[in-house]
Amino acid sequence: MPRGAALPGRGEGVAGRAYGSREGGGRRGGMESVVFIFSLIDCCALIFLSVYFIITLSDLECDYINARSCCSKLNKWVVPEVIGHAVVTVLMLISLHWFIFLLNLPVATWNIYRYIMVPSGNMGVFDPTEIHNRGQLKSHMKEAMIKLGFHLLCFFMYLYSMILALIND
Amino acid sequence: FYYSSCVIQLPVITSSTIVRCRSCRTYINPFVSFIDQRRWKCNLCYRVNDVPEEFMYNPLTRSYGEPHKRPEVQNSTVEFIASSDYMLRPPQPAVYLFVLDVSHNAVEAGYLTIVCQSLLENLDKLPGDSRTRIGFITFDSTVQFYNLQEGLSQPQMLIVSDIDDIFLPTPDSLLVNLHESKELIKDLLNALPNMFTNTRETHSALGPALQAAFKLMSPTGGRISVFQTQLPSLGAGLLHSREDPNQRSSTKVVQHLGPATDFYKKLALDCSGQQTAVDLFLLSSQYSDLASLACMSKYSAGCIYYYPSFHRSHNPAQAEKLQKDLKRYLTRKIGFEAVMRIRCTKGLSIHTFHGNFFVRSTDLLSLANVNPDAGFAVQMSIEESLTDTSLVCFQTALLYTSSKGERRIRVHTLCLPVVSSLADVYAGADVQAVVCLLANMAVDRSVSSSLSDARDALVNAVVDSLAAYMSTASNLQQSMLIAPNSLKLFPLYILALLKQKAFRTGTSTRLDDRVYAMCQMKSQPLVHLMKMIHPNLYRIDKLIDESTIHVNDRVVPQPPLQKLSAEKLTREGAFLMDCGSIFYIWIGKNCSNNFIKDVLGYPNYASVPQKMTQLPEVDALSSERTRSFISWLRDSRPLSPVLQVIKDENPAKTDFFQHLIEDRTEAAFSYYEFLLNIQQQICK
Repeated sequence: MPRGAALPGRGEGVAGRAYGSREGGGRRGGMESVVFIFSLIDCCALIFLSVYFIITLSDLECDYINARSCCSKLNKWVVPEVIGHAVVTVLMLISLHWFIFLLNLPVATWNIYRYIMVPSGNMGVFDPTEIHNRGQLKSHMKEAMIKLGFHLLCFFMYLYSMILALIND
Repeated sequence: FYYSSCVIQLPVITSSTIVRCRSCRTYINPFVSFIDQRRWKCNLCYRVNDVPEEFMYNPLTRSYGEPHKRPEVQNSTVEFIASSDYMLRPPQPAVYLFVLDVSHNAVEAGYLTIVCQSLLENLDKLPGDSRTRIGFITFDSTVQFYNLQEGLSQPQMLIVSDIDDIFLPTPDSLLVNLHESKELIKDLLNALPNMFTNTRETHSALGPALQAAFKLMSPTGGRISVFQTQLPSLGAGLLHSREDPNQRSSTKVVQHLGPATDFYKKLALDCSGQQTAVDLFLLSSQYSDLASLACMSKYSAGCIYYYPSFHRSHNPAQAEKLQKDLKRYLTRKIGFEAVMRIRCTKGLSIHTFHGNFFVRSTDLLSLANVNPDAGFAVQMSIEESLTDTSLVCFQTALLYTSSKGERRIRVHTLCLPVVSSLADVYAGADVQAVVCLLANMAVDRSVSSSLSDARDALVNAVVDSLAAYMSTASNLQQSMLIAPNSLKLFPLYILALLKQKAFRTGTSTRLDDRVYAMCQMKSQPLVHLMKMIHPNLYRIDKLIDESTIHVNDRVVPQPPLQKLSAEKLTREGAFLMDCGSIFYIWIGKNCSNNFIKDVLGYPNYASVPQKMTQLPEVDALSSERTRSFISWLRDSRPLSPVLQVIKDENPAKTDFFQHLIEDRTEAAFSYYEFLLNIQQQICK
């Protein structure tokens, strides 16, 4: 067989493989970057939410707002936070990124557990009659700070993974 | 002794300047130090302040230049008349609203007669001035309002049946001036008990009635008194029966100690924001979910009264108790729109508060009403090292409106020494305060975690404190249990606490009774709480032989206190148990007929009736002595207790014997066994 004839064959094969890999990889790469772009945006929202929690709680500590308005503000955003974090975790599970999934899993389960275990007489996760008792204000503040740090870490991880995915495109 | 100490001389300061520290706003008190004649150093934040010019003049001694002789600096409890800087609005008048359950159940129980009669008797003694206002709401499955406008010939009832969207039928004249409409009010109180005798309504729309009451009271603030006889079954805030009668004696988990819904908590917070307190009188014979209903009082600075199995004719002891409680409730001093702030020396901080109020900010307690029968507890922690301070001080400032419309500030200052050795700390321990604070903490733990956790924590408190003391004692003998003199009754009191209705397991306890006992622990003052936990037992059939004291030219015998154990009871004797709000007199089967004839007024044991609640006035020395002893006990407290005479077949006998805490029961240790248990845990 002439070399030229073989080359296109090889080229075709190569090209086909290249096309195939680029398409599959492209699809995979495209999906990856979409997933990470979405996670990045979600993580951004969670960071803003943590900051909002910290600001509201420190307003309460410094007496700028009263317990009732602080708790009603914060209770409004508890469910969006749970959903936001759960969505990211599930997304990581679906797109088979095991490490990030396992990293997010404890925080997501803690969020859900905290939401479910609110006693029946309480006015939500943040209860104005309990918030000044037994150092609850301090522990909520600590929790919000830890979440902020965690989300920042995840943000950079998604950013890195997203850039990697976009480059590999 | 306790009650009379309330009427000590209270210095009332009417000066125009109230001297306070510039940084921490502490009021000047006896424990500040004057650096020279013109400057004083705050004892809480150590800042140096200037003495204002007006303060240098002492109006009492008419002398100048001695600020440390002024009454604010000589007394640790003072009352200031507050200027308009301390008012957000003009001082409110006294406003009283009564919300009464008139369902079939309530009419059956018959409480309405007692309440209306008590109100009629005490209408003139309600604290207030010429602006005092009063109103009434009744409810069953609808809500009824009463128009008491001055010109009407008789009170007019207005019924609102739309309970899902409750509204006030007329904008005013539902809360009327007490003096102007007095005749109409008296007519209403006379007519109310008979108005609902043939009612067939079995539902109770408590939630909507409370919402209406809140609407009525929001412009002014004041006090709402709610009388409820069953589970609220209609409208917002309806509750379901959560108690499982088979679990009453459970030794495992006790459930449903917390509220079922946040409706009453939200209502209490709304009321607290409008300076309205809600007091609850629960007069029910069945489970009424006190755990949820109590929230309406807990967070609005109200108080809770509970009469289990209330019935006017079948249960005269409870009926009498209601009457006495109402008399005290309607006539005692009251303060309105109050806030309380507790400050402490730098280095300490207060992190938990116990009592009926709403914690509005880190150390500011919002009390819509303040009354002299409430107790509070705080927990503080040591944040910084106190090695270079020798004294710490606590200051409580209560800003309130008196019932006469005057804005006042009552300031209490407490100073405690800082010691460096553990033995000194133990020597200064106040065992009663320790026990009451632990009771408060145990109630919190029971609700947030579980009852068994709370019980374990109580035992651990004894074990840890005695173990720490034994490690400081020099002559260690492992086989003995050593306690400092100040804490020698500590294990006994904790055992009594573990056998209290609030915390006991294994003995059948109704859920409402348990929840009420827990509410009492959180809101009663110390003296009353200690009597509840560890009643006093006296032998009273030989009072003539006892030593006596003279009080106000009355001869009062002083029998010795007996241990709370059945081995101290004898069949030949009669014993009095003082439980704070109730006195039990137990008569032994072979008690001498002389005693029964002279003191009880009956010829022999068999003829003494089952439900005797009063001692007759017989002209005999033993009767006189007994009566003077009992009235001496009664005078030592503001709440008048009820008396019950118990023979061997009386159902109240179980209550009496349950208070004998040193004995072994099928579910709990005896005192000796408890001490052995503690010793084993320490020496592990």
